[in-house]
Amino acid sequence: MAEKTITGTSWNVYDANTMSAREIYGRVMRELAKTNDKIVGVTADLEKSTNIGIFGKDFPDRMFNVGIAEQNLFGVAAGLAKVGLIPFASTFAVFAALRGAEQVRTDICYQNLPVKIIGTHGGISFGQAGSTHHCTEDIAIMKSFPNMTVIVPADGFETGKAVEACLDIPGPVYIRVGRGFEPPFHKDHNFDFEIGKGQLVKDGTDVTIITCGIGVLQSVNAAKELQEVDGISVRVINIHTIKPIDKEIILKAVKETRRIVTVEEHSIIGGLGDSVAAVIAESGKGCAFTKLGLNDEFAVVGYPEDLYAHYKLDSSGIADSIRAIMGKEFEADEDWSDEV
Amino acid sequence: MSKLSIDELKAKAKELRTLIIDTTVWAGSGHYGGALSSADILTALYFRFLNIDPANPDWDDRDRFILSKGHSGIGFIPCLHLRGYFPVDELKNFNHFMSPFGMHPDCKKVKGCDASTGSLGHGLPMGVGMALGAKVLKKDFKTVVLLGDGECNEGSNYEAMMAASHYKLTNLIAIVDRNGFMIDGPTETVMGLEPFADKWEAFGWTVYECDGHNMQELCDTLDKAWANDTGKPVAIIAKTVKGKGVSFLEGDVRSHYGAFDSAQAEQAKQDIANM
Ligand SMILES: Cc1ncc(C[n+]2csc(CCOP(=O)(O)OP(=O)(O)O)c2C)c(N)n1
Repeated sequence: MAEKTITGTSWNVYDANTMSAREIYGRVMRELAKTNDKIVGVTADLEKSTNIGIFGKDFPDRMFNVGIAEQNLFGVAAGLAKVGLIPFASTFAVFAALRGAEQVRTDICYQNLPVKIIGTHGGISFGQAGSTHHCTEDIAIMKSFPNMTVIVPADGFETGKAVEACLDIPGPVYIRVGRGFEPPFHKDHNFDFEIGKGQLVKDGTDVTIITCGIGVLQSVNAAKELQEVDGISVRVINIHTIKPIDKEIILKAVKETRRIVTVEEHSIIGGLGDSVAAVIAESGKGCAFTKLGLNDEFAVVGYPEDLYAHYKLDSSGIADSIRAIMGKEFEADEDWSDEV
Repeated sequence: MSKLSIDELKAKAKELRTLIIDTTVWAGSGHYGGALSSADILTALYFRFLNIDPANPDWDDRDRFILSKGHSGIGFIPCLHLRGYFPVDELKNFNHFMSPFGMHPDCKKVKGCDASTGSLGHGLPMGVGMALGAKVLKKDFKTVVLLGDGECNEGSNYEAMMAASHYKLTNLIAIVDRNGFMIDGPTETVMGLEPFADKWEAFGWTVYECDGHNMQELCDTLDKAWANDTGKPVAIIAKTVKGKGVSFLEGDVRSHYGAFDSAQAEQAKQDIANM
């Protein structure tokens, strides 16, 4: 286990090949708490399920389980932050974004408090649980709250980095992770992670996939297949921070590939795709554009792998959509000097 | 269907518990602890009390039932099968791709299910709405809501409790499966509920406490709730054991959710047979 030091805090780097993103979250939080005594934890009967309990075990006096009461969870987190603490508040993504939404917006975001919200079981990663537990609206909701930073890490390695980096943000941060059984994208922790900065994970010239979360690994795999089978050169951008969004990397891709596909484990209404679309529309540049994700629907029941395939969020579904977009028309605009 | 006798109900509850084990195996995993603690309550309701017609699930005058502790779907859905809503084969795909049955019941897909639940703290408010609606429509059906005790942390329940007594909803029955556990531990350790009966009383409810595994006592209590002449909504606090009937689950916090290997499933069914 490698040791990592960043401006006064140090934490062990955990291996996402052997640990879920949730578990890494709990461990990194615990490590950070050793040197930062302002860090406290709050949860709503999901100490075990979200793994914030890993921190709680070592810091029982700084861990509060408010019971099954998510509105109280975020109100309490706001109160803790008001007196100078840095609360990490954990529950399932759906209960953070929906049940506690007004507390998140009005108590936390309105007062611009440094509450770090970790929503687990995001998207359809808890597929068997059905629509009450699926969460394909959280990005839309959270990004609409002023002051909120929204991060969707690609895997456990990136989750660790995001949990650390979010301490540098003075206001609220929402980090959305899955259930934790998703295969990691990164090989190890040796990559740069900066909130608000997209990562070019694979270069390409014909089309660009802009994605986050589980979409990153699947898109890279799709890109490989498309290169080998169809000779299509696909660029892949991991845009882990949905808000604030990295406009530069998006517009560069528009300019250089003129075809953009967004991939997200979320409704195509209000998520990453719409953020990217807005950047493109505001630039005035034309390009072929497709959003992949869940259409305006509640997902069916099933194990996540089956659902990812069904909703074309796995590599072969993504590859099919890329093939379709290659024939799409768009109006050319060769004058880029004014925009990029 | 004629109402089952106490002995028949006991046998039916065993059948339900056994089916919970099978369904957990078919599904791959499940919230068996709370399903097993609710099994006797569900059996009494579905085989003696609720005025329903499986051949006509949308019958307007039927009694309504809401499984507010939706994660006990793995108990509720097999119970609906036993009551005749759908064949057992459909249960074999529980949790799997495109199944009508996920961990939490979806009333758009599950015949006999009156409300989609799974997010805790939603059942009682919907129950208040149904009971109020019955009054508006001048219908005399009952509305029964089954809650978890941990679930009673949610503030929405107290808002609904207030409304139910304000509107004197004598046609509304709340049953709490008081098994003493939530996910992270015993309810009194994680977030104390006691004095629990006093809370309901303070909100204007008539409260009965009973042994949620003693079929006679359970039925006697439900009889009182059905006859309700108290002028208030009725809450039944049913004392239960999480994982009831399975030796290695009973009263263990780990019984909340998990999977069985084949030996465990066998053992569980043995234990149930010996109950
Ligand atoms: C609003 C909400 N928050 C959290 C959860 C996650 N959750 C599922 S079951 C459970 C514990 C429920 O405990 P209890 O109501 O006592 O049920 P039982 O012990 O009978 O299974 C929790 C916290 C949920 N389903 N809904």
